[in-house]
Amino acid sequence: MTNSENLIALLVAAPLLGAVVLLCGGRRLDRSGHWIGTLFAAASFVVGAVLFVDMLGKGADERAMHQSLYDWIPVEGFQADVAFQLDQLSMTFVLLITGVGSLIHVYSIGYMEHDERRRRFFGYLNLFLAAMLLLVLADNYLLLYVGWEGVGLASYLLIGFWQHKPSAATAAKKAFLVNRVGDMGLSIAIMLMFTTFGTFTFGPVLEATGETSEGTLTAIGLLLLLAACGKSAQVPLQSWLGDAMEGPTPVSALIHAATMVTAGVYLITRSGAIFNAAPDAQLAVAVVGAVTLIFGAIVGCAKDDIKKALAGSTMSQIGYMILAAGLGPIGYAFAIMHLVTHGFFKAGLFLGAGSVMHGMNDEVDMRKYGGLRKYMPITFVTFGLGYLAIIGFPGLSGFFSKDKIIEAAFAKGGTEGWILGCTALLGAAITAYYMTRVMLLTFFGEKRWQPAPDPDKAPSVEPGIEVHPGEMPHPHESPKSMTIPMVVLAFGSVFAGGLFSLNDSFVNWLKPVTEFEHGHPPISATVITSATVVALVIGLGIAYVQYGRRPVPTLAPRGSLLTRAARRDLLQDDFNHVVLVRGGEHLTRSLVYVDHTLVDGVVNGTAASFGGLSGRLRKLQNGYARTYAVSMFGGTAVLIAATLLMRAV
Amino acid sequence: MSFPLLTVTAALPAIGAIATAAVPAAGRTAAKWLALLFSLGTLVLAAVVLVRFEPGGDRYQLTESHAWIKDFGVRYELGVDGIGVALLALTALLIPFVILAGWHDADPSPASAGDTPVETKKYRWRPTQGFFALILAVEAMVILSFEATDVFLFYILFEAMLIPMYFLIGGFGDRAHAGSDENASAQRSYAAVKFLLYNLVGGLIMLAAVIGLYVVAGSFSLNEIAEARAAGTLDMATNTERLLFLGFFFAFAVKAPLWPLHTWLPNAMGEATAPVAVLITAVVDKVGTFAMLRYCLQLFPEASKWATPVILVLALISIVYGALLAVGQRDIKRLVAYASISHFGFIILGIFAMTSQGQSGATLYMVNHGISTAALMLVAGFLISRRGSRLIADYGGVQKVAPVLAGTFLIGGLATLSLPGLAPFVSEFLVLVGTFARYPVAGIIATFGIVLAALYTLVLYQRTMTGPVKAEVRGMPDLKVRELAVVAPLIALLLFLGVFPKPLTDIVNPAVEHTMSDVQKKDPKPEVEAAK
Amino acid sequence: MNPVNYLYLAALLFTIGAAGVLIRRNAIVVFMCIELMLNACNLTFVAFSRMHGNLDGQIIAFFTMVVAAAEVVVGLAIIVLLFRSRHSASVDDASLMKL
Repeated sequence: MTNSENLIALLVAAPLLGAVVLLCGGRRLDRSGHWIGTLFAAASFVVGAVLFVDMLGKGADERAMHQSLYDWIPVEGFQADVAFQLDQLSMTFVLLITGVGSLIHVYSIGYMEHDERRRRFFGYLNLFLAAMLLLVLADNYLLLYVGWEGVGLASYLLIGFWQHKPSAATAAKKAFLVNRVGDMGLSIAIMLMFTTFGTFTFGPVLEATGETSEGTLTAIGLLLLLAACGKSAQVPLQSWLGDAMEGPTPVSALIHAATMVTAGVYLITRSGAIFNAAPDAQLAVAVVGAVTLIFGAIVGCAKDDIKKALAGSTMSQIGYMILAAGLGPIGYAFAIMHLVTHGFFKAGLFLGAGSVMHGMNDEVDMRKYGGLRKYMPITFVTFGLGYLAIIGFPGLSGFFSKDKIIEAAFAKGGTEGWILGCTALLGAAITAYYMTRVMLLTFFGEKRWQPAPDPDKAPSVEPGIEVHPGEMPHPHESPKSMTIPMVVLAFGSVFAGGLFSLNDSFVNWLKPVTEFEHGHPPISATVITSATVVALVIGLGIAYVQYGRRPVPTLAPRGSLLTRAARRDLLQDDFNHVVLVRGGEHLTRSLVYVDHTLVDGVVNGTAASFGGLSGRLRKLQNGYARTYAVSMFGGTAVLIAATLLMRAV
Repeated sequence: MSFPLLTVTAALPAIGAIATAAVPAAGRTAAKWLALLFSLGTLVLAAVVLVRFEPGGDRYQLTESHAWIKDFGVRYELGVDGIGVALLALTALLIPFVILAGWHDADPSPASAGDTPVETKKYRWRPTQGFFALILAVEAMVILSFEATDVFLFYILFEAMLIPMYFLIGGFGDRAHAGSDENASAQRSYAAVKFLLYNLVGGLIMLAAVIGLYVVAGSFSLNEIAEARAAGTLDMATNTERLLFLGFFFAFAVKAPLWPLHTWLPNAMGEATAPVAVLITAVVDKVGTFAMLRYCLQLFPEASKWATPVILVLALISIVYGALLAVGQRDIKRLVAYASISHFGFIILGIFAMTSQGQSGATLYMVNHGISTAALMLVAGFLISRRGSRLIADYGGVQKVAPVLAGTFLIGGLATLSLPGLAPFVSEFLVLVGTFARYPVAGIIATFGIVLAALYTLVLYQRTMTGPVKAEVRGMPDLKVRELAVVAPLIALLLFLGVFPKPLTDIVNPAVEHTMSDVQKKDPKPEVEAAK
Repeated sequence: MNPVNYLYLAALLFTIGAAGVLIRRNAIVVFMCIELMLNACNLTFVAFSRMHGNLDGQIIAFFTMVVAAAEVVVGLAIIVLLFRSRHSASVDDASLMKL
């Protein structure tokens, strides 16, 4: 028991307090709100760093810390504590979340400068940090679920931050709903854990996996996978991520690239013991990852909206992580490693995209960029480094982490190993293709700038920034508060991978939590690495031929069938619309009708029939006293007769 | 003899009702303050009850017992268990907010006052006094019904509370009505009559069962019947027990309301003013679910188990059906009503799942649903009073004009969809876990309810609060101090009970254990332990 | 004399009264027939009292007389009022009490 354990709650408490202060503080905090928000985020980072140093000072097996606050739901036979667990895995996330989070707070100071609701934006960001930290620090699944839904709420609020835009409000709602489907998986998984193990605290559940049937574990695993699919935008629940780009760009960078969407990877890695004991579920995880990494990549190739292209890329990269997590102990560590490096370069790319949009009157169509490298040098360099990292340019972060995943995929063994490995390789080629496309369209070639559209016709223009219809954009470098975070993230994109791979330091760090086995691919590691580089060159080359050598039309050409489908997110939305939205509408409408005519009708019908009956009966009352007298005598006679009859019998 | 605390707690609002009704026509404002004062006084007494109640003590505490109608063995017997205390506290807590929220609901409307000033004077018509007196009368009866431990006494209250509710629904309708005044009043009386008839039919069937119970058991007293059962002297044939159970359950299912007996609720809640709607769904309907837990399970344990499968199916239908219909509604208040039907499905599911988690969850659910629906409905009422329309389509972009209103509305909505961190999550999850432990399929189906809840809440929020500001909405004032004073404490309570529900669970748990032992059910053991 | 004969007489009187109530239209006559039925009942009570040798029947007969007297007061008043307003004492004219 050391004192540092008591600091864990502070990690969550600091941003939570920030959120409360900012959201309840009212307008008097409008002028200082962004500083308060950044301060609380930074405070959390400092606490995280202190704990990290403390953790490094201990032996590998003593590093896990635990802090129990109170009994949350004390009910017979049910134990749900508010308790935190900080081990190496959580620590990694804590540093990523608070670190990148703080940087993005700084970036937002500049980016949201003109927004009158900036204070609230920072409040939501702080709320997100608190929920995300709760998610990774919880020591049981139920508390994790609280964080899980909490980040969903923050994501909902931030995607829909510009609520006056119907598209933003719709996107926010969609994100929350799709996530709820995943949450359903998580909550049923928790229930199943409760009935199986009698608890849902990580320790006891994960230790007891040997004592229960594989069927149950497979069910739990698949339900957890469903949850991960929702949060991490994996097929078939990926459709919300593209729309989520309606949110302000710092949000896309923090939540929809670096942290929240990786929660699914965390969940699966954390529940490693369950998946290890349920190979079917594990394979399902790998397959989902592989499918999504191709799916996302294809979508990323077709989008002209810079943020949506990056969103497709995020989907694809998380596909890599899920794939790695589905490989079992040979992949967990690499999944997390790719997660961290991806956190750096993808956040950097998004911030770069935001910086470009900032300079281009919030134009998001890459076909209307071009030649920006001269006007925005810092953005160009940082974005470029992020680009090199994500395509896996040898020596940069992405190279190390992605290469390891591809290796591990081959090492899975058997036909599965070959299929997964080749898919991952193909993904690497497509990644190189679409990222090169983004790069070329944005920073190279000729200027294809267009005058600013009429804001009435194009409501996608972000508020607070004055745009005069018909004015040509004047691209300029963004203020320091925006460029500094980009530079820091660029450093991460370049060096993190190499640093982690030095003496396998990252793997060794995580080993006590996630277990680790060295995978043995059927072909040598060198061959795989070379194949990766070849794939990279091919993808890059094709993109260069298509977009570097030829002039780019401002209006997108019609394109092939696949391109058109990919522009529409491979028709996922159309499917959802036809099957779920339309079907649901018909269902609810017909139910409303049924409720009114049938359920209510039965009752009203009963009432009406009683009314009719009494209408007939009242005719017997004709007002003549003699008639009443006759009925009285008749009744009496019948009664007497009946009495006599009874007596006779 | 000790101080009759429970009687006084119920009597105070009754006295308040009489006092408020007696205020002369000119003293409208005085009547409001008087009513508020009495409801606050009741709240204080309820707090005293809460403090005096010992969670680990006897099953029924603070008991009082007097002979009432000797010939029929009817006694005036009071006593509270943990469940009763929790609901009593909820009722006492909500009424001041209901009164405060309905502050101007019963003011003579400017139009009609202008038309018929003479008539108003002639008949000394005092709607304001009546409105608040009726609310207090309902409070008194509901509180006493939570305290009663005599079946007959409970029955009388169960029926009697219909009378003030009828006048509240029929006499004080929502001014925001799409149709003409005549149309509005016709719809209002339709809703009121429907409410009354449904509940009367339920009550009549229950009366037959109450008499039947007396014939079989020879007593109306819960305690005596329980003793007789424990001693084995209670001779109840299986079929008799089932029939009596059905008689009781039918009445409670109408009041709760359970599908397919629910159709009175949307009408009543739609036509009544928002505070009265809260009174219906958050307070009066709770008597139904409370009575299932106390009377159905305790008096007829075997029959309860016999009927469980059917009731579970009906509860599941309620959950999914209510949520789907909520999605299809165009009227804000009817939407909340259907959402409530879905939530009552959860409560009944939890009660009849017959597990500790399910029943604790159901009891917490009653309290939390009361608070969350009150928050959502009252804010909706503030919104409706500003624009004068109940139709969702008439709103849009309110968030931009009145951010605090929109924010509180969102929090109310998030509570309705059981977001973790807010109180309803705790109860909903307990109900789900408790159900899943015994009936996994039912648990999974009920879980679909949480997706649908997100759908109707967020669609409602999106259509009313977001998007471009509509012309009619422009210039809409944000929440006033009085309105904020209503909503803020409710939201604070939702947060507190969501993060730290221990004070509530401590009170409820022992009572649930008693109920579980009544029905002689044990929680299913976890698979791993069972294997050992 | 055999007390059963009184019962026969009472039954006869009752039947005459009942037939009168059903057949006649004049309110006064109907009224008198009702009195006839009441007194037939009285006769029965007294006869039974005699037969069983206790006084219960006679006491009830007194009750009936008191009630009959009260009824006469109210009934005649109604008939008089009816006659005043309608200028007829026919019971069929007063048939407004219907739904």
